[in-house]
Amino acid sequence: MSEKINFEKKVLSENDRLAAVIRENLNARGILSLNLVSSPGSGKTSLLERTLKELGEKLNIALVAGDVQTENDANRLSKAGGRIVRPVITGGACHLDARMIDRALNKIDLSGTDVLFIENVGNLVCPSSYDLGEDMKVVLISTTEGDDKPLKYPSMFRRSSLMIINKTDLTEFTDFDIDKVKANARTINGDLEIFELSCRTGKGLDAWYEWLIDAAAKKKNSRQ
Amino acid sequence: MHELRVATEIIEIVCKEMERRKLSGLKEVGLRLGALSGFDAGALSFSFEAAVMDTPLDGAKLNIEQVPVKGTCRSCGKDFEVNEFVFICPHCGSTEIDMTQGDELDIVYLVEDK
Repeated sequence: MSEKINFEKKVLSENDRLAAVIRENLNARGILSLNLVSSPGSGKTSLLERTLKELGEKLNIALVAGDVQTENDANRLSKAGGRIVRPVITGGACHLDARMIDRALNKIDLSGTDVLFIENVGNLVCPSSYDLGEDMKVVLISTTEGDDKPLKYPSMFRRSSLMIINKTDLTEFTDFDIDKVKANARTINGDLEIFELSCRTGKGLDAWYEWLIDAAAKKKNSRQ
Repeated sequence: MHELRVATEIIEIVCKEMERRKLSGLKEVGLRLGALSGFDAGALSFSFEAAVMDTPLDGAKLNIEQVPVKGTCRSCGKDFEVNEFVFICPHCGSTEIDMTQGDELDIVYLVEDK
């Protein structure tokens, strides 16, 4: 004899519950929160370094930097002028989850913060499934990768709101087609906003900074 | 292999429910898995089989129902199944699509072993 029992539960419901608590806290403070995701080596840390150096006067930025091992990224970001940089070592785990973010945020003073960056572990698969309480995911792709990556990792590109194409200064040395990567990304996600830039030369960064300042101001004004 | 962590999470949730309902054993755990959940059915089954040993669920099978991605077009309002993750409306060509199904990772039923 066996009996089928109806029992409906989201497997990640505990993560989602904590993410909702984090989101509520950040919303109440009017802090714009961005979850940065990409393959390893696309330039998440470089983008944050430049952003900290060049926008540090205008925006109060806090960071949570996730890595599987080492605090190297967190150290780089502290040197770049990060007001608050909280390292999270996942100890082998391939992504950050809401519990790690909750712990990290409990250890930092968020008062006066305009923007919170969460630098996820370099991985285009696992981080897509975990809500961290962020306003949006920002996915980076660089011109030394394949321009078909959005098609290979649809879950991540579907769940991101912004795509940043980095290392545009290297385009002439690679077979990466910028128009193609944009077209590929838009078949997965027609709402994606796209920026093209080079963290090395600085080209295209102004548009990103403008967007960031504007988005932070909107978030602050939305505070109830 | 984040499927192993998810398998462990499923087992923890189900164990709590078994305790609550005072069930001694399970034959089956039903799971609904969306095509865009970010999790692989094969790896999940494999991980579950390994992780379930020596738990109250020992011997239970994970029965995975895979569901496709579905969307609603914001321009023409029609519903359609999204093939190959191409989020373009087959009726009007719009790329403004709301996803209505496909990111599930849900336990849906248990089968008791009496």
